[in-house]
Amino acid sequence: MKVSLFITCLSDAIYPRVGEAMVRLLARYGVQVEFPKQQTCCGQPAFNSGYWDEARESARTLLAAFDDSDFVISPSGSCTGMIQHYYPKLFEKDPVMLEKSKRLQAKTYEFTQFLVQVLGVTDVGAVFPHKVTYHPSCHGSRLLGIKDEPMTLMQNVKGMELIPLPFAEDCCGFGGTFAVKMSEISAAMVSEKAQHVLETEAEVLVGLDMGCMMNISGNLMYQGKPVRVMHLAELLYEGVKLA
Amino acid sequence: MNHGQTQPATVKERSHIALNNEFLRKAVKFTTERLRNGKKKASEEHGNWEEWRERGKQIRLHTIAHLDYYLNQFVENARANGVHVHFAADGKEAVELSMKIAASKQAKSVVKSKSMVSEELHINHALEEMGIEAVETDLGEYIIQLAGETPSHIIIPAIHKNRYQIAELLSKEAGETLPADTSILAGFVRRKLREKFLEAEIGMTGCNFAIAETGSMVLFENEGNARMVSTVPKTQITLMGMERIIPTFADLEVMATLLPRSATGQKLTVYMSAITGPKRTVDGDGPEEMHIIIVDNGRSLQLGDPEFQELLNCIRCGACLNACPVYRHIGGHAYGGTYSGPIGAVLTPALQSNVAEWDDIANASSLCGACYEACPVKIPLHDMLVYLRNRKVEKGYGQTAEKIGMKGFAAIMSNSKRMRSVVKLGQIGQKLVVRQGLIKTKIGPLKGWNSVRYLPSLPNESFRERWDSLVQEVKNENSPMSEDIRTRMEQALKQRENGGRSHG
Ligand code: SF4
Repeated sequence: MKVSLFITCLSDAIYPRVGEAMVRLLARYGVQVEFPKQQTCCGQPAFNSGYWDEARESARTLLAAFDDSDFVISPSGSCTGMIQHYYPKLFEKDPVMLEKSKRLQAKTYEFTQFLVQVLGVTDVGAVFPHKVTYHPSCHGSRLLGIKDEPMTLMQNVKGMELIPLPFAEDCCGFGGTFAVKMSEISAAMVSEKAQHVLETEAEVLVGLDMGCMMNISGNLMYQGKPVRVMHLAELLYEGVKLA
Repeated sequence: MNHGQTQPATVKERSHIALNNEFLRKAVKFTTERLRNGKKKASEEHGNWEEWRERGKQIRLHTIAHLDYYLNQFVENARANGVHVHFAADGKEAVELSMKIAASKQAKSVVKSKSMVSEELHINHALEEMGIEAVETDLGEYIIQLAGETPSHIIIPAIHKNRYQIAELLSKEAGETLPADTSILAGFVRRKLREKFLEAEIGMTGCNFAIAETGSMVLFENEGNARMVSTVPKTQITLMGMERIIPTFADLEVMATLLPRSATGQKLTVYMSAITGPKRTVDGDGPEEMHIIIVDNGRSLQLGDPEFQELLNCIRCGACLNACPVYRHIGGHAYGGTYSGPIGAVLTPALQSNVAEWDDIANASSLCGACYEACPVKIPLHDMLVYLRNRKVEKGYGQTAEKIGMKGFAAIMSNSKRMRSVVKLGQIGQKLVVRQGLIKTKIGPLKGWNSVRYLPSLPNESFRERWDSLVQEVKNENSPMSEDIRTRMEQALKQRENGGRSHG
C-alpha cells in the first residue's frame, strides 16, 4: 500500500520539520511514507483569489504526483480541504480531470484523520510535560469536521496539561492572501488570537495548519512572547522520544 | 455612517475607520458575543439542531426552485383576502408605489416597523422629501434614525452604539438629561412613540415570511411595535422581498424554530403575528386597507444562477454576522451596503448586475466558514465569496499587479523543479533581510504582514531537499506493521472501492 506525503508548499519551504515528524511517527507503525517529488502546491492561493486557471495549473501537479498512491496524507487541514471541497468544482467542466479529482479526494487525509480514522491510533505513547493550548484551524474543523481526532490524541499524551483556548473557534486572521490584502483587519484578528493564547499561560501553542501557526507565532514573536508554536505531529513525535 | 456624508470607497478604507473606533469595537464585540452564545445555548437545548437546519434548508431550496408557483399562489390568496398586491421591479418602483398610496391617503405621517427592504429602498428619505414624516418604531431603528445613520446589523441596527451614546442621543430628543438606564430610556421612547402611532395615517412593515397557502404575512418581533404599526393606522403597507415566501404554515413551524434561536437565542420572539388581510367586521382592530408590495430589486438576478441562487434562502437572522470574526472587528458600516457581515459581503454585489461596480467587499473575509456553520439554512457563504472573486477575475476586473502575480504563481507551481529553484533563490536572497532567524522588514509586500508580525526565515534545507537523507535515516527506525493496522488500511481501501469515502 502506497502512502504518499503531500507536504504542502508552506511546510516544504518553511517547516520541513513538520513533514519529518510525520514520516518518523508513521514509521513507528510500519507505515513507510513516500514523497513524490513532482508535487508543488494545492493551488489554494490562486483559487481563493479567484484565479482559477492558475489554480488548475497548480492542482494538476498534485493530480499527477499522487495518481498511483493509495493514501495521500497532509499536515494541513486547509490544503486537504482544498482537495476535498474545491477540486471537483475547479474541474467541473473537464470530465477527465474531474474523475482524477474525485479519486484524489477519496484517498486524501489530513494527518490526524489518517492516524485516528484509518490506522486506529489514538495513543501514540507520548509524554510531554508542558502546558499546551490548541487552536483548531477553521478549514480543518469546519470543512473537514476534524474535531475529535486531535483532541483524543492530545488527551492521551501523558504529563501534558491541555488548557482550553478562549474563543478557540475564531479564525486567527490568516486566510492566505487575506492577511496581505486586508492586512489591517487581519492584524486585529491575529492580535486578539495571540492575546487569547497568552491568557492561557500555555508554554506551547499547537495546531494542525502551519499557515495559521505561522500567523499566530509571527505575532507572538513580534510581541516578544516566548510561546513555542508547533504542529501536533511535531509535538507527538517529540513526546514519543521523551517517553 | 451618516446619510449626508460621503464615505470612503473601499472596505479597506472604511474598516480602517472602524478599527480605530474603540467604542464601536467594544460595543460590537459585546453584543455579538451575547447573541452567538445565546444561539449556541438555544441550538444545543433544541437537541436536533442539525436535522432542523437541514429541514430549513430543504424548505427554502424547494420554495425558491418553485418561486413563481408559490408567489402566484400567495398573490391569489392575498388578493382573495382583500389585500392590494403590487409588484416592484426595482427600488424606484417600490418607492413610487408607496408614494402613490401615501398621496391617496393624504398622509402626513407614517410609522414603520423594522424592515431591511425599506432600508434597501431608502424609503424614509423619499417620504421626507414628500413632506411626510417617517418614524421608525423599533427601538434600535429609532436610535439610528435620530442619529441620522443606517443600521449596522440586520437585527440589531444600533449594535455599534453603547448605552451612554444612546442616552446622549435620546436626551437631546427629550430636552433633558436622561440617565443611561435601559428601562428609563426605553420608557421615554415608548411614550414618545405612542403619540406617533396615534397620529399616523399609514403603518409600514417588513415581512419575515409570506405564506403561500393562505396569503398571510408573518412578523417576528420583541417590542410589540410591529403589532401597533399593523393595527392602529388605517392603512398598512408591507414591503416584502420576493423571496420571503414559504409554502405552508407547517413550514412556518420549522422557520419559527430556526429564526429566533439563530437570531438571539430565544425559543420564540415575544410577538409573532400572522396577518391575513385587512380588518374584517368581526375583527377588533387592524387596518382598513392593506397593501403588499413585492420587491425584486436585483433578486431575480440570483434566480437560475447555480452559484448564487441559495442567497434567496436567507431568512435574515443575522447569525452569520454574529459568528463572523471580521464583522466582530469592523462592524456593519464598513461593508458599505444595506446588508453587512458575510451575507452582506455576498448579497450586496449579487444584487447588482454590474460586476465592475463591486469593490473589494468580497475580499473582506478570511474564508473561515464560521458564517456557513452559523447559518440556519446552510448557505455556503464562504464558497460564494470565492465565486464572487472568481467572477470579477473572469470578467477582467482583476487588479493588474495581482494578475501578474498569479501568472507567476502558476508558472512556479506547475513545475516542481521551478518551485525548487524559487525556494533556493529565497534561501539565498533572504540573507539580506534575515536577523536572528526572522524577517522583520516592513518594505514591499511585507508591509502589512510585518506591521504586527515577524516572518520566519526559510531553513537552509527545504523538505524536498531533506528527503533523500531522511529516507535513509528512517529506514532504520521502521517497525514492522501490525496485523491490525494492515487490516484497517486494507478495509479503508475496500470501502473506497465500494464508493464509501468520497469526502472528509
Ligand atoms: S445568510 Fe444565513 S445566517 Fe446569515 S442572515 Fe441569512 S439566514 Fe441568517
